[in-house]
Amino acid sequence: MPCRVALRSEGAPNCTAEEGCLLCCLAAEWVIITLMLIELGHFALILAFGIAIVQMIVPMVGAHRGNAGWMAMAEPAATAQFLLTAFAFAVLTWGFVTSDFSLQLVYLNSHTDKPMIYKITGVWGNHEGSMLLWMVILTLFGACAAWFGDGLPARLRARVLAVQASIAVAFFAFVLFTSNPFLRLEVPPLNGRDLNPLLQDPGLAFHPPFLYLGYVGLSMSFSFAIAALIEGRVDAAWGRWVRPWTLAAWMFLTIGIALGSWWAYYELGWGGFWFWDPVENASFMPWLISAALLHSAIVVEKREALKSWTILLAILAFGFSLLGAFIVRSGVLTSVHAFANDPARGMLILIILAVFLGGALTLFAFRAHAMESKGVFSTVSRESGLILNNILLSVSCFVVFIGTIWPLVSELLFDRTVSVGPPFFDAAFTPFMVALAIALPLGSILAWKRGSLARAAKSVVGWLVVAIAMAGLAYAIQSGNSALGPIGVALGVWVVGGALADLWMRSGRDSIPQRLRRITRLPRADWGKATAHIGMGVTIFGIAAMMAWEQEDIRIAQIGDSWDVGQFEFRLDSVNQFEGPNYLTTMADISVWQGARQIGDLHPEKRFYPVANMPTTEAAIINGVLRDIYVVVGDPQEGGGWAVRVYLKPFANWIWGGAMLMALGGCFSLSDRRLRIGAASAKKTPKAVPAE
Amino acid sequence: MKRLLVILVFLASPLWAVDPKEMLDDPVLEERARALSQELRCPVCRNESIDESNAALAQELRIVLRERMVAGDTDEEALEFMVSRYGEFVLLRPDARGANLILWLAAPALLLIALGIGWSTIRARRAAPEGLSDAEKAELEKILGRDAP
Repeated sequence: MPCRVALRSEGAPNCTAEEGCLLCCLAAEWVIITLMLIELGHFALILAFGIAIVQMIVPMVGAHRGNAGWMAMAEPAATAQFLLTAFAFAVLTWGFVTSDFSLQLVYLNSHTDKPMIYKITGVWGNHEGSMLLWMVILTLFGACAAWFGDGLPARLRARVLAVQASIAVAFFAFVLFTSNPFLRLEVPPLNGRDLNPLLQDPGLAFHPPFLYLGYVGLSMSFSFAIAALIEGRVDAAWGRWVRPWTLAAWMFLTIGIALGSWWAYYELGWGGFWFWDPVENASFMPWLISAALLHSAIVVEKREALKSWTILLAILAFGFSLLGAFIVRSGVLTSVHAFANDPARGMLILIILAVFLGGALTLFAFRAHAMESKGVFSTVSRESGLILNNILLSVSCFVVFIGTIWPLVSELLFDRTVSVGPPFFDAAFTPFMVALAIALPLGSILAWKRGSLARAAKSVVGWLVVAIAMAGLAYAIQSGNSALGPIGVALGVWVVGGALADLWMRSGRDSIPQRLRRITRLPRADWGKATAHIGMGVTIFGIAAMMAWEQEDIRIAQIGDSWDVGQFEFRLDSVNQFEGPNYLTTMADISVWQGARQIGDLHPEKRFYPVANMPTTEAAIINGVLRDIYVVVGDPQEGGGWAVRVYLKPFANWIWGGAMLMALGGCFSLSDRRLRIGAASAKKTPKAVPAE
Repeated sequence: MKRLLVILVFLASPLWAVDPKEMLDDPVLEERARALSQELRCPVCRNESIDESNAALAQELRIVLRERMVAGDTDEEALEFMVSRYGEFVLLRPDARGANLILWLAAPALLLIALGIGWSTIRARRAAPEGLSDAEKAELEKILGRDAP
């Protein structure tokens, strides 16, 4: 059997057979396949684009005409779209892993010396690769709707998948025409230019995928909203179908934002955790709106009210996702971490944003009146509480929105170049969160339809007393007269206590052991609600406590010097130079003492990445439940010695811990029986709940 | 090699946000300067205050700011001085004058509107009466075969 290509000298040098043996042939074929792999990936992406176009049109027409066959093609199409895109992504990852510098993208963003983990995460550490990841997730969500959407009416499912495909079409076009990751270089360079060193970090490596899961997850809520508008019908079942998608998207956004914030905290070198940077705001706006959406969807599900408002929120949530993509990719609003910005790409995203948001809102204007609400409720009721929640979340999102775009508006319309920074946001945004925290414990325990404020107040008044007492205690202990800390304590205790009181109230009126037993058997949705609300309280407390009670010390220290900050003593033992895998580093050795006991040895670094020609600061942190000790080393001084900064950051970890609790709450809620796959069909044959 | 390493590291090392050398001896004055420098944007950076920025210009501004404070400027005077020198752009908290009023008032205005709409929604939902409406009563009478009163 002669080989198609004789690669005896290259592909299989050890083969001695005269005619090509099977092994040689296989080896040769393998070489050809790997050489072609990139092209195969590229081709898969184009094919997925084609399938998306068909999936956008055929099921929609089928749903309109009532043609079951046309509607049914949406499922295999969605699956194929996902598999092809995932293959393209795997190929690109292969290119990064094998450092295939014939790919322009790999050349620009990778290096052979880079640790493997960052070769892989480098796939999405750049514009083109991150867009491909975006596509994988977008098509994955579409495929999930196809795989797990058995409970949906065929017509609604066909429409949802068609709308989802139309979003995919827009972004496939964007990737293929403006940001193609599979462009080759004619002459492959010997080595690459390395990934931005700031991105070579575990916290940041996994921050984008989570954010994209969140951003793109909201496209499902959007698709459901548009499909419902086309159908002209929203009912409780719709509320139940749209909620898990929103919940999942919100959960991923929460994790993504928390990871980003945590990264900024330990990496940027001054321990800030939120900068109100346009790119951060871009992720925060969809988070706020999706939080509002997942609360209003409950009202649709349980009470068939607030329908058109919920649809509007679903449209806006994805609109803010697209706006976020625009802000990040276009660089219109200068920001610390836009890695690839290009006006042409920005323009295209702006067009996508205008088409989808404009189209959706127009459709909404024509069809919203068809969404007649059924449920009635009195002024004091859970419904009213959730309306207040929605108002506060939406308006606070608007604060972030106007603050983010104001520099642009002001320059274009009023010819004034202004900056809108943290002082503005702190002043304008915080009151909404305070109001939300005050209202939350009361609103969340009011009964549906008709509640009693007096009864609700009775079950949480104890916690109000505790909250005020704790605030008073905090005020007495703290040095200085800041109100921020005590207010944070009061709000945190109030929100956490309210959530606990809510759980306790649900356990009935029996003896305490019986109530405890019943609490463990409450629906997971109840646990989800309580956990997420507790997380919110914990985060509020963490932010206030850290901002109010942080201690900072900046000084020049000689080798051997020791100094006190708070109750800790620090000693600069030495400063040395080392060489890392792809960087050089100046590392200080600072020991930390509490009384006579050494509690830690810190190694803050200043790194330099020669390939990227970029310095970074690596803070050294002793993490603690009650406080973080955060040390940064700076420049050597002219008169000898080193600049050293020490921070004591009380309760810093509570900020992200709270965020994780919120996400965990989302998880619990998501696993609730009624939202589980096939909940609609399971209803027909009710099964006994197994006793735990 | 080691020496080359050291040189490389130092050549690249950025200036450092708030260098100990810049700091004022008077702790009260220094605290005020720190607070003010968090309100001022570094003109050449992307969205960083001069307090956090490593840029040379930010350092210069920090020093200028401290000189003004030592010279006896109030906080307002020091900020005004910075604005007169570098423009409105350096203020991270835009002043509530002229068009910027929109920025400051838009959200409170929207809140009032939203509360208004929310309240009217709640009232409309509440309006469902306990008993039957007149139209429903008439309908009922008709079904029961009696004439409407």
